[in-house]
Amino acid sequence: MIHLENIHKTYYAGSPLHVLKGISLDIAAGEFVSIMGASGSGKSTLLNILGILDTYDAGQYMLNDVLIKDLSENRAADYRNRMIGFIFQSFNLIPFKNAMENVALPLYYMGWSRKKRNALAMDYLERLGLKEWAHHLPSELSGGQKQRVAIARAIITKPQIILADEPTGALDSKTSEEVINLLKQLNEEEKMTIVVVTHESGVAYHTNKIVHIKDGIIGNIEENVSLDTSPFGQGGLMK
Amino acid sequence: MRLFDLNSFEEVLETLLRNKSRSLLTAFGIFWGIFLLVFFIGGGNGLKYLLSKNFDGVAQNSCIIGTRPTSIAYKGYQTGRNWELDVADAQLIMQKVPEVAVATSANMRYRVSMQVGNTTESRSVKGVFPEYATIDNPHLYVGRYINQTDIEQRRKVCVIGKNIAETFFPDTKDPCGRQINIGNIPFTIIGVSHSSNNMSIGSNAERTAVIPRTTMQQLYNLGTKAALICYTAKEGYTVTSIAKSVENVVKSEHLIDPNDKQAVMSYNMEEMFQMINALFRGVAWLIWIIGIGTLLSGAVGVSNIMMVTVRERTTEIGIRRAIGAHPSHILWQIIMESVVLTIMAGLSGIIFAILILYGVETVVAMMGAQANFQIPFSMAAGAAALLTLLGALAGLAPAYRALAIKPIDAMREE
Repeated sequence: MIHLENIHKTYYAGSPLHVLKGISLDIAAGEFVSIMGASGSGKSTLLNILGILDTYDAGQYMLNDVLIKDLSENRAADYRNRMIGFIFQSFNLIPFKNAMENVALPLYYMGWSRKKRNALAMDYLERLGLKEWAHHLPSELSGGQKQRVAIARAIITKPQIILADEPTGALDSKTSEEVINLLKQLNEEEKMTIVVVTHESGVAYHTNKIVHIKDGIIGNIEENVSLDTSPFGQGGLMK
Repeated sequence: MRLFDLNSFEEVLETLLRNKSRSLLTAFGIFWGIFLLVFFIGGGNGLKYLLSKNFDGVAQNSCIIGTRPTSIAYKGYQTGRNWELDVADAQLIMQKVPEVAVATSANMRYRVSMQVGNTTESRSVKGVFPEYATIDNPHLYVGRYINQTDIEQRRKVCVIGKNIAETFFPDTKDPCGRQINIGNIPFTIIGVSHSSNNMSIGSNAERTAVIPRTTMQQLYNLGTKAALICYTAKEGYTVTSIAKSVENVVKSEHLIDPNDKQAVMSYNMEEMFQMINALFRGVAWLIWIIGIGTLLSGAVGVSNIMMVTVRERTTEIGIRRAIGAHPSHILWQIIMESVVLTIMAGLSGIIFAILILYGVETVVAMMGAQANFQIPFSMAAGAAALLTLLGALAGLAPAYRALAIKPIDAMREE
């Protein structure tokens, strides 16, 4: 599904900053992967590249057997729209749109009519237990509810991969667990490929594979086959 | 690409309506600009209409000659001599100045007692030849004007003004054939004039009865004296260009020094019309400059606030880009917001101005003057088209700034 080969990225803001120094990584379809690292390790940059939000300088990124390089803005937007679902730490819901309209927004950019996209958005909200909140503005929702709305928005276009950037960063431990369980459920039941960037090991230990990044290179990749064996196993989300 | 579909229009409208105070603030400049423009243009039209009514029906290429005491001694006559025009002068002018189309004399009497039944009022009387109608159009509502037979037979007939008709014959719109006593002599009404101009000095056409010159001569023992001589220039000539020759004919006939600037008084209608037209052209220019200036500053205001807005909406635009908006979607969204705002503000400005003008028109009508204060529909349509263009232009700079927003900016903003 995702194939990264020797990815390099340098930022030129003042003095050049070599953020990614040759990342090679393979993520198969249906995997639930977490990327861990300290702040400044390059994990967010990597996620931005995976999400076609940012470009890379050297190497090769194949997404679903399509080479993602030097794409036009329109192509990049279309790929983001159809192949990738984003979940952000700060939810990033549009403040003047209600929950249903926020969920429906990606479909607007696919050219769906208002009626059709709102109906589908209602289906997704119902599935995530937010039906009664559909007509509320984000400011009227709790953090957990907001993140569930954001998840609904991320999955409404049935993307191949879901990229989550610190999805529990702004949530308390109880709602964090709900959100992680929701992602896990999506991974197990819908067979969605999910990549989570986090610095919380409690979150990481819920995933099948933990990629550790340090100073722009991959340190080690932990296979976390049996979740129960971890010291932070089921129900032991550390905060 | 589906750019101008209902879908994207809905999205734009929703964004504007969900941010009401922002939209209202942005729109106010345009609203005010178009309101001022339409209000001033409509008001200017109305004023022009009211003023030009004073000259209604008067031939624009005409000139009226009157007399004043001489200022230069000439051929044995002393300075300060009073002199009078003669009916024959009109024929003489026609003979000697071939560029003159019509020349005719007129005499006036003011505060003449008129009576029908128990009603007695004083009004003006004007004695004319039939040709007078070509210079001062009577706008006959009913009946006919003075004709040659009336002149020859010195008939006691009259064409009465609107005010006289309404005062003495409130029961009918067509008093033709009825009698009116003018200075105790019964006259038969042959026509009603709806001219409303103010050209007969000291009196309004509405308050004047027009009778044959010959009848008047007999009644008032006028002889061949004429109070005024009016003439018009032939097609292709201007009154201004022949006024000098006409004056010279009159001066040599009445033994007045050709250099006497005072003795012959000419009211050149052409010059008057030109002056008034120039005045209104100047006012119109001023209105356009002020109106368009205000409109432009309104557009700059829209652009400015949209610019700030785009900055404020960095996250929103970043999110939109992250979940699949093309750059053109964003561009179009911002420009459409600007256009929709501008048009809505502009249309409400136009409607508000039209309502106010309607009010002014009603008040003016209550004061007894009919005037059209509204702007033509084509101008309103033109204004709407101009607004669309302005809106699009105002949206351009903010839209290009919005384009510079990358999806990662959405996350950075926090």
